[in-house]
Amino acid sequence: MRTTNQDISRRNFIRLSGMSGGALVIGFYFPAWAAEKGELITAENAEPQGIELTSWVSIDKTGKVTLLSHRAEMGQGAFQAVPQMIAEELEVNLDQVNIVFAPGDQKKFGSQVTGGSSTVRESYKRLLQTGAAAREMLIEAAAKKWNVSKEECYAENGQVIHRPSGRKFGYGELVEDASKLQPPKNIKLKERRDYKVIGKPLPRQDTPLKTSGKAIFGIDKKLPGMLYAVVERSPRFKGKVKSFDDSATKAVPGVKHVMKVGRAVFGYTQEGVAVVADSIWSAMQGRKVLKVEWDDSGFEHLSTEQLYNRMRQDLNKPILLDKAAGNFETAFQKSAKKVEAIYETPYESHSCMEPVNCIANVTENHCEVWGPIQGPDWIQSDLSERLKIPVENVIVNMTFLGGGFGRKAFTDYPQEACIISQAIKAPVQVVWTREDDMTQGPFRPGAVYGCKAGFNEDGRIQAFQTKMAAQDMDLQSPDSDRTAYNSSTVEGLLKPYFDSFPNYSFGDVPTVSPIPVMWWRSVYASTNGFAYESFMDELAHETGKDPLDFRRGYLDHDRYQALIDELEEKSAWKARKKNEGWGVAITECFGSIVGEAVKVSRNTNGKIKIDKAIAVMDCGWYVNPDIIRQQVEGSIVMALGAATKHATHFEDGKAIEKNFDVYKMPRIPDIPEIEVHVMENEERPGGVGEPGLPPFAPALCNAIFDLTGKRIRKLPFNLDEV
Amino acid sequence: MPSYNLQINGISHTVDADPQMPLLWVIRDLVGLTGTKYGCGIAQCGCCTVHFNGNPVRSCSIPVSSAVNQKITTIEGLSPDNSHPVQRAWIAEQVPQCGYCQSGQIMAAAALLKTKPNPTDEDINLLMERYICRCGTYPRIRAAIKTAAKLASTT
Repeated sequence: MRTTNQDISRRNFIRLSGMSGGALVIGFYFPAWAAEKGELITAENAEPQGIELTSWVSIDKTGKVTLLSHRAEMGQGAFQAVPQMIAEELEVNLDQVNIVFAPGDQKKFGSQVTGGSSTVRESYKRLLQTGAAAREMLIEAAAKKWNVSKEECYAENGQVIHRPSGRKFGYGELVEDASKLQPPKNIKLKERRDYKVIGKPLPRQDTPLKTSGKAIFGIDKKLPGMLYAVVERSPRFKGKVKSFDDSATKAVPGVKHVMKVGRAVFGYTQEGVAVVADSIWSAMQGRKVLKVEWDDSGFEHLSTEQLYNRMRQDLNKPILLDKAAGNFETAFQKSAKKVEAIYETPYESHSCMEPVNCIANVTENHCEVWGPIQGPDWIQSDLSERLKIPVENVIVNMTFLGGGFGRKAFTDYPQEACIISQAIKAPVQVVWTREDDMTQGPFRPGAVYGCKAGFNEDGRIQAFQTKMAAQDMDLQSPDSDRTAYNSSTVEGLLKPYFDSFPNYSFGDVPTVSPIPVMWWRSVYASTNGFAYESFMDELAHETGKDPLDFRRGYLDHDRYQALIDELEEKSAWKARKKNEGWGVAITECFGSIVGEAVKVSRNTNGKIKIDKAIAVMDCGWYVNPDIIRQQVEGSIVMALGAATKHATHFEDGKAIEKNFDVYKMPRIPDIPEIEVHVMENEERPGGVGEPGLPPFAPALCNAIFDLTGKRIRKLPFNLDEV
Repeated sequence: MPSYNLQINGISHTVDADPQMPLLWVIRDLVGLTGTKYGCGIAQCGCCTVHFNGNPVRSCSIPVSSAVNQKITTIEGLSPDNSHPVQRAWIAEQVPQCGYCQSGQIMAAAALLKTKPNPTDEDINLLMERYICRCGTYPRIRAAIKTAAKLASTT
């Protein structure tokens, strides 16, 4: 039996990272998993005690720094932000730092699910402390060698310098001594004003790999003796394999095996028939001539029309209450002026450019997978449970991800690869075709929102209510508690509104459907934001107020007022002319607040053109402003697609849109000029990858209203038809 | 299975393949160059773009039998060291996010600059609208093409 590489002892870390011996390896030790505070410890100290180290930073005798990154890189920049934080406190140049992706292990790394825009905001303290501790130990080692006080020494650019004499040691010369020291207990972190690396728009280290074709994504990984599989999947969501005829398939050159396979999707098994061959192409050819008879009984064959009719009717039902204050119903009835509106948002496919794929190699009591994986720890525990293999023998390796957006956090595709590998007793890569990827889900759930507000005589909001009719992502198993409320109905809404609305109620009516649904970039905020910020615009208009001034009146909080000031200034909001085509929206999710102003016009053909989007991001303390700009630009483009280009529709229990010929993506001519501004403040770090998405669609529709007087309450809509 | 001789990045490769096997899978799985990506399989996204004699083509939709006698260039052959003006511009403008589509975008941009050394926004739209980026790097792609044009004219 082989040893696992799960134990990130120094020895194994060195092997994993290809470093030379005698290294300083320092990380966190969490005596109890999920404990708030870990303890800094070196591998040297941890190993004899049998302590499992959460290893973050390692410096070898050549001075090379290697970091173990516990989070996925799917485009959002964790691969850059994590070393940038450590390099600051460690006093090294980023060129000296390499990153190795950590395998999945929740016990050591805590949650690794790279979602919720959480990498920086959940890890920054640990990362800064680890870098600082290593720096202090290197300084201490140098001081001892020189026999001077460590107060006379400082670290800079990978060296420790003795201030009075100017003597220097490179880190590589100090690591052996430093590795024998105890990490300091009270580490003083640098002041923000002294930062040389954090807060700077440093170029991403993964960029050169991605301009030369050298970055290895899941689909690029190869193992010796690896076979390839594609799976004929039920066109309907819960179809079972009744029978299949593989006689023609087996005659295709290169085809080795044909087998029934299932993957668990929220308590159900989604069935298919796998064709395993010596190349992806042969497997695809074998699949083309495979005949499968499906059993489509026992579940609803829904269409989009049926589904949305149901959700619209659900708005008349009582809600499961998420958050409330005062008495909405009474206050609404007594209101001097009432406004009501219904908004609709579509189902969406994630459509990462790299379709879902995974490699598995399952042998007796051991399992190893490689792939574009957002949630390695979740996948590790899921595979252990389903394959009945001890968790320490399940190794989940991350590669670069060609997009993730929530889809690649799910556990179904590694599971399917493992089942096939286990059956054929060989390593196998399962590649989903674009059609599989686009039609099988899980999808972003569509939603219908009923919004109501009542004003008092002075034109202030007295009563505010939103009802969300949508599938609840947490209630998809047959045994889910259907009386549980959706706790995300307020996601996206600015928090100070709760202090300003005397009577409010937020809740949902969960819709049941066979369509699997899952997080999609910015999750519920991606649809809530459209409804709530469109509604706020309607309320501003109803009371004859400027949309930004109107919001100001309900945001009794300096941070929010400062963001509006900035948005006003950057968009020259006050200089705009009436009905010139400007709209705004502001949302808050994953710890960050983003305001966006959008300008539209009619081109010479009379069609609506998006001229400009100006975003102001307040994510508090931040690491790399250029990555923030990238992420907000990307979020705006993705939101533009979901608002004006694409949606997944269903007919007879099947997804209709199968590929990019009909699921129309935004393309370069569709993109407006985008400006991103980042707020400077002392707030805690917030998320960056998602919060820029929700305000775009409402800001766009509010701008169209300003220009045309037409309210768009249903997405997606065709810009050419407004 | 028939044998084909392919000229890829200046090197001659002999592969045994079904005549209908798309060049994409030949390049990736038989030749072992994985910089060229599978995105849609129906010539919609452009992730699989390579050059035939300097012109951008969709390798997912070209059978291997049609690829003989072509000078094929993949992203790996554009330059050995990221030194092509388009690659340098892509780095300067920090274009990639996930990076999956970028081989195709870069190959397209490199071909564009050959025919239009100083492309206008309209020139960029006309060719580059055939390439999808789900991360939404389009504003930077546009900026980087203009930067690449400047770099190419000064080197």
